Amino acid sequence: MKLPLRALSVLGCLAMIAVLYTASTGFAEVGDPSSPASTHVSPRYIEHALKDTGSPNLVTAVLADYRGYDTLGETIVIFTGGAAALLILRAADKKNFFGGD
Amino acid sequence: MNRPFGTIILKTFCRYITPFILLYGIYVLIHGEFSPGGGFQAGAVLAFAVILGRLVQGDGARVNMSGNLGILTAAGGGLIFAAVGLMSIPFGGHLFNYGVYPLNMPADEMHPLGILGIEVGVTLCVMGVIIAIFDALTRKDELL
Repeated sequence: MKLPLRALSVLGCLAMIAVLYTASTGFAEVGDPSSPASTHVSPRYIEHALKDTGSPNLVTAVLADYRGYDTLGETIVIFTGGAAALLILRAADKKNFFGGD
Repeated sequence: MNRPFGTIILKTFCRYITPFILLYGIYVLIHGEFSPGGGFQAGAVLAFAVILGRLVQGDGARVNMSGNLGILTAAGGGLIFAAVGLMSIPFGGHLFNYGVYPLNMPADEMHPLGILGIEVGVTLCVMGVIIAIFDALTRKDELL
């Protein structure tokens, strides 16, 4: 019962690697001035950030205002990681939980 | 940490340094909009103030968060963040568009307020998680 599941997970990993590698070949080069990110998003943020967000710090403007949704995700990731670590550590405190004595 | 291990030197140092650590954490939080800093770093600094007191002074530390307060603070921080972001939808804006709150000030002045709100949420979340993990690592005998 164990072997097919393990083989399945290996196959899944290989398929994921293939998909990600194929997708990564289509990326624009880092710092390419003609890539969509450099011609489209960056100039708009640089020109409008102060007026739109009132923040003189461009990093804060993007992190907390334009991309606030991403930061919400990061915060939830931190909370979830902390809660998971807490559950495991507290469960490990109880005797016999992992079959020990 | 159930047993404090502070000597007179450590206790005195801890008593004098803790207010400055708390003040610096709040400075990093509030000034994060203009300079490097922000919620994540401020949360780590504030959590360190609590952990220092816990290490040196034991459970009776002056600046302390005991029991399940750490993880509850973390959850509250996440809720503050989500609430500040979602509150713009009922007032007719997009998600995280702080300019539509029904406050009596221009829209471009409400954005810093919204940014500060979500930074407070991030700070509470990070601080609570760090303290909760420290509690779980050091308190072996305490029940849930």
